[in-house]
Amino acid sequence: MNPQLSRRRFIKTVIASSVAAASHNSFPVAKAHHVGDGYVDRLITIIVNGKKRRVDVMPQETLAYTLRYKLGLTGTKIGCNRGECGACTVLIDDVTNYSCSTLTHSVRTRNVTTVEGVQSDDGSLHPVQQAFVDELSPQCGFCTPGQVMSAVALLRENPNPTREEARQALSGNICRCGAYDHYLNGVMRAAGQRS
Amino acid sequence: MASYDVMPDVGLFQPATVDDALRLADRFLDEGWLLGGGQDTYGWLKDRAKNPKALIDISHIDELRGIRKTDNGVDIGAATTLREIIGDASIGRDYSLLVDAARRVASPQIRNVGTLGGNLVQDTRCWYYRRGLACYRAGGNICYADGPQAMNREHSVFGASRCVAVSPSDTATALVALDATMTIRSADSSRTLPAERFFVGPATHITRMTALEPGEMLTAVTIPPTWAGKRFYFEKVADRNVWDFALVSIAAAMSLDGDAVADARLVCGGVACTPHRLKGVERAVRGKTLSDETADAVAPLATKGAKPLNYNHFKLPLIENLVRRALRG
Ligand SMILES: Cc1cc2nc3c(=O)[nH]c(=O)nc-3n(C[C@H](O)[C@H](O)[C@H](O)COP(=O)(O)OP(=O)(O)OC[C@H]3O[C@@H](n4cnc5c(N)ncnc54)[C@H](O)[C@@H]3O)c2cc1C
Ligand code: FES
Ligand code: FES
Repeated sequence: MNPQLSRRRFIKTVIASSVAAASHNSFPVAKAHHVGDGYVDRLITIIVNGKKRRVDVMPQETLAYTLRYKLGLTGTKIGCNRGECGACTVLIDDVTNYSCSTLTHSVRTRNVTTVEGVQSDDGSLHPVQQAFVDELSPQCGFCTPGQVMSAVALLRENPNPTREEARQALSGNICRCGAYDHYLNGVMRAAGQRS
Repeated sequence: MASYDVMPDVGLFQPATVDDALRLADRFLDEGWLLGGGQDTYGWLKDRAKNPKALIDISHIDELRGIRKTDNGVDIGAATTLREIIGDASIGRDYSLLVDAARRVASPQIRNVGTLGGNLVQDTRCWYYRRGLACYRAGGNICYADGPQAMNREHSVFGASRCVAVSPSDTATALVALDATMTIRSADSSRTLPAERFFVGPATHITRMTALEPGEMLTAVTIPPTWAGKRFYFEKVADRNVWDFALVSIAAAMSLDGDAVADARLVCGGVACTPHRLKGVERAVRGKTLSDETADAVAPLATKGAKPLNYNHFKLPLIENLVRRALRG
């Protein structure tokens, strides 16, 4: 087996077992609820990148946590975990959200799109991704998945944005490397306004 | 104090109706926590600075969502998102003040899910308090932001009483200027309050920012037709254009009679524990023409009685200048 894969599996197993230990205390509230009062079930189905995924979700679990540590979708990054950086940006029903600040239980019946889900079926990059490559937008790349998602959401809503509109749309994504203008160049290229 | 990266153990209810949610709120009282978009909630929980037992998610309850025109003005459900308010054509036409304020909240992603109710009921940003220190507001008997060495650049210049924290909400100033009415429900009763009385200062209740009692929910905000389509001015000064809370903001609604001001409401954010009405300015500007001269004449009234702290004297000229900008022709 690929040694990297087995390392990942190992880490996942460790994480899963510590999760089980950490959630032990929620039992009292869970036990105090009555049938039908809206207490959430743990085993739920969520729709991620068009696929139904069955997953065991703690009541307090954030979407970033579920995506990364339960579904293995590690393209979504966790930077601040406080809604202050945008590295964790995903689309929920086509609208940008901070997945670190979204409860997984609140996205049932809604469509979650992560950076893994924007390329075409044949594996070619989304125009935003290709434009970011062509414009050398990322520097270290940590904020890139979030920038991609904000740009994809913008172009779905407004295929022909001005640079100022793009600036607004990406304003909830911090780039610690300060590559903002390069990302904006990428958005304008993806929108066909730059070649 | 340690900071944690993951959410603590807490129960989660997703009731289907307002009645079900209110029953849960009544059952848990102080140990329950209503959840709108959660954007002011998760930080508290991740830092273990607030420790509710149960989250009661009201964000998906249909009765709490949406914008409706009625005979009494416009009703906005408390779980309506800021994004929905910003995108609403009729609010944009009649009450652009609210749209301008909502647009300046946090970042696009937070506005996409943050609710009007959550924005209004959010807790103050005093970091001593946010950090989980046992200050007055947290039930202790000291204010860490008001000592000789305290860092209080962001804190209050009006209305302090032991606690010097300020109101963080951008939409609150706009809704006080528009003289909105808040509808509040609990499991067995319902009441309304003018926006101005919905927000309470430390002299009234030092551990709360609003008049809500445990078990109560803000269900809707009604904006009366009084100020529809009038002249508005909103400006927020913050360190960064995104994410940052107001150092000082101003929301002004003015009705004109010819060239003269017939009536005006001016409200500052970031200067007191509640949205702060500038009543002296409001009185002085009535009957005057909007101009640089009027603005210069009345602006100093805005800071009468202010009590700045060690590091926030800069807020006084800032308040006066924002008033000038709101009132020049
Ligand atoms: C990085 C960052 C920057 C921010 N910047 C700004 C800013 O510039 N301006 C600004 O105004 N805010 C700002 N906020 C604060 C806040 O997150 C947003 O204002 C948001 O609108 C809060 O709404 P919510 O629905 O997500 O709140 P929630 O977190 O769901 O709720 C906030 C509080 O209100 C209570 N509550 C929610 N709904 C109701 C209701 N219907 N009845 C009674 N109580 C209720 C909750 O119990 C909780 O105590 C910022 C937050 C973050 C994390
Ligand atoms: S990790 Fe979610 S905003 Fe920073
Ligand atoms: S490319 Fe390094 S943080 Fe943006």
